[in-house]
Amino acid sequence: MADDRLHLQQGPIDLILHVDSSEKIRKRLYSTAENRFLTVLEELVEEMDLLKLPWKAEQSEPKGSIAQKMFGAVSDSEVFVTPMAAVAGAVADEMLETLLFEAQNPDSCLEHISRMYVNNGGDISFWLNSGESFSLGVVDNPQIPALNTKVSLAYESPVRGVATSGWRGRSLSLGIADAVTVLAKSAASADVAATLIANQVNVDFPGIEKRPASEVKDESDLGIIPVTVAVPKLPKDKISLALEQGAKTARKLIKTEKITAAYLSLQKQILVIDN
Amino acid sequence: MANSSAKNMSAEKVNCDACPILCRISPGKTGSCDRYGNIDGKLKRMDPVILNQKAIDQHQTLVPFGEQTQQWDGSLLAQDVPLNPESIFPTAVGAGTTYPDYKPAPFIIASKHNEVDMVTVVTEGIFSYCSYKIKIDTDRYVGPEQSTVRCQGEQVGHVMTAEYGSQMLSLGGVHHLTGGSKQEGRVTCQMMMDLGNRKAVELEVDAGSKLTIQAGAAPIIDGNQEARMRVGCGSATIGIFAQQWYGHVDEVIVVDEHITGMLSEHQAGRFLGMEPSGIRVRGRRSTPGRYFQVANPGHGWGGTDVSDPLEIIDRVKEGVAYPGLRLLMVSTTGEDAAYFELDEKLKPVEQPLPQVLQKVVDRIGENCEPALCSVLFMAGAGGSLRAGVTENPVRLTRSVRSMLTRTTCGGAPAYVWPGGGITVMVDVTKMPENSFGSVPTPAIVAPIEFTMKLKDYEILGGHMAQVRRLEDLTQEREAIISNWNEDNPWPFS
Repeated sequence: MADDRLHLQQGPIDLILHVDSSEKIRKRLYSTAENRFLTVLEELVEEMDLLKLPWKAEQSEPKGSIAQKMFGAVSDSEVFVTPMAAVAGAVADEMLETLLFEAQNPDSCLEHISRMYVNNGGDISFWLNSGESFSLGVVDNPQIPALNTKVSLAYESPVRGVATSGWRGRSLSLGIADAVTVLAKSAASADVAATLIANQVNVDFPGIEKRPASEVKDESDLGIIPVTVAVPKLPKDKISLALEQGAKTARKLIKTEKITAAYLSLQKQILVIDN
Repeated sequence: MANSSAKNMSAEKVNCDACPILCRISPGKTGSCDRYGNIDGKLKRMDPVILNQKAIDQHQTLVPFGEQTQQWDGSLLAQDVPLNPESIFPTAVGAGTTYPDYKPAPFIIASKHNEVDMVTVVTEGIFSYCSYKIKIDTDRYVGPEQSTVRCQGEQVGHVMTAEYGSQMLSLGGVHHLTGGSKQEGRVTCQMMMDLGNRKAVELEVDAGSKLTIQAGAAPIIDGNQEARMRVGCGSATIGIFAQQWYGHVDEVIVVDEHITGMLSEHQAGRFLGMEPSGIRVRGRRSTPGRYFQVANPGHGWGGTDVSDPLEIIDRVKEGVAYPGLRLLMVSTTGEDAAYFELDEKLKPVEQPLPQVLQKVVDRIGENCEPALCSVLFMAGAGGSLRAGVTENPVRLTRSVRSMLTRTTCGGAPAYVWPGGGITVMVDVTKMPENSFGSVPTPAIVAPIEFTMKLKDYEILGGHMAQVRRLEDLTQEREAIISNWNEDNPWPFS
């Protein structure tokens, strides 16, 4: 990986940004990103109570631009989900938007940039110039960080966001998937979709342990909903069954054009859903 | 950073104010960032900070911590000795940073020393502007001035000049860290981290030598480990030992790359009433008995390229020199020495070194100090770092300048350069081990502490609301107590 990346961190937000351009442009964009980052967490905290509530049509819209992205990403959901499911992706989208805006104003220097990305702990928002592509490695199990799949996303593809969810990661999951990686138009939509698909990857089997979210992490937006804390080794047919549960949601999301593709993994079994 | 006073009394949860999320963390759990956790009802940073404890003076009365003494032993601290808060200096090693400094430095710690309230602002600075000034004690030729110094083929510095008995290099610096290629920046950053952490670093000088340097260790030049630093230049060596040679020898030539000395012509020999020997050396005469450029620089005698000392003898003057004339040739470290007597044709013939002269040669060696590499870290505390200390950064600069604020790096005293800004220089061997880190920018991360009286801190616009007691810090964050380096002046005195 390049070492001219920018690392920004505050509290739980850990961003790596990269602008593939001349140093002059890169420096200018990074300094804008640094400025934008100053208030990101504060803005979220300000509306945190609202963002932790399950989405409902009659709810009032949040004010902050990141909060609005989160809200937009979960709207119309038929199942339980809070805007917090989109937080990591929305922050990545917002930061990429900041870079894009700076690159276009006052005079556009976009033609001198080949690629840009913002990686927020695995949830990635990126921009490509024509002819460029973005290569992505997928890791099935974060505890065994081996590159399991490589995806190349070209300029022509509508995908500009990638996100991963699973019970082993830092956020909590209702399901047992090791990882669900989703490709979508934005990182926020990918983030929500990955969460929802991973939540559905489930099967009944002794030894799968779930505990109320509030017992695992304080002040979780999931409240007392049980989240996965342990998964024993599963027989192959049970793994297939669990993955198929998630695949149903993935297919629905593809059909409604919310996402482009999903990559589900559980104990070395892989299921790829795309159209 | 968290306030222990914010501890929630009704529940066992603790409040974390490390970031705006303000997590309330239950026992045994970590906050949303996983960096802070509730350990036994206390908010702790999950990675430890390093405190330095001064050895307790036998005559000093211990001031117990009262009821809090309990909190100073057990797993929290490495030692069972009762701790006196006055003996603790909080270093910035492991303190972390608030880069890009949109909030006060990680720790602003108040303590009482000799009845005066002191405050130490502790942060790990991210330095883009930083370099090393290296002093290599050797006469060996390392390369021409301005010559590029390379590490793994990348340009990481240059040869500056020679100081008395030493070669000087400048290594690292902003132009190599961020001004060159990616690879140059990466190699420079790693080299700088290693040097600061007292590891050996291999370097190569363009048109010069291969060097292995390590802070506090003897340099290795082209595969040879240097042992001694010359006692002085050739002329100085003559001056020091003239009296001890007098009467035992008719001429002494001290071979030195810089100034080769010749006893009979030298002021010191003349003073003793020595007669001219008629021996002329090569090179350019500076003043009587002092010669420049008798040979090229190299790895031979006295930092020259000479391995047979007779090479530097230009001629022996008939009518002045005489058969049987006794000649000693010696290097400035005493590592090389040879004794000659002139034969009938006035040709020098090597003879065993007489005991009495051997003694003086040995004494030259004895008076040489061991060859060392000194590694001085130099860095500028820029605007954003200062903002972590005070709302009014220029006042910190002024306070440092007027000596009201003491600047240390990991507890080691820092020399503050005159002129604008806070540009410091510090000997890495006086800092705690592994004080240096890096960020991918690339830039070097190093500890820096500013210590001053509490009232001075207030005057310079310090973040007074963030000032915490040392005792409170250790309750919220794991601390490792390491021994204070007794060679360093105590920052609170």
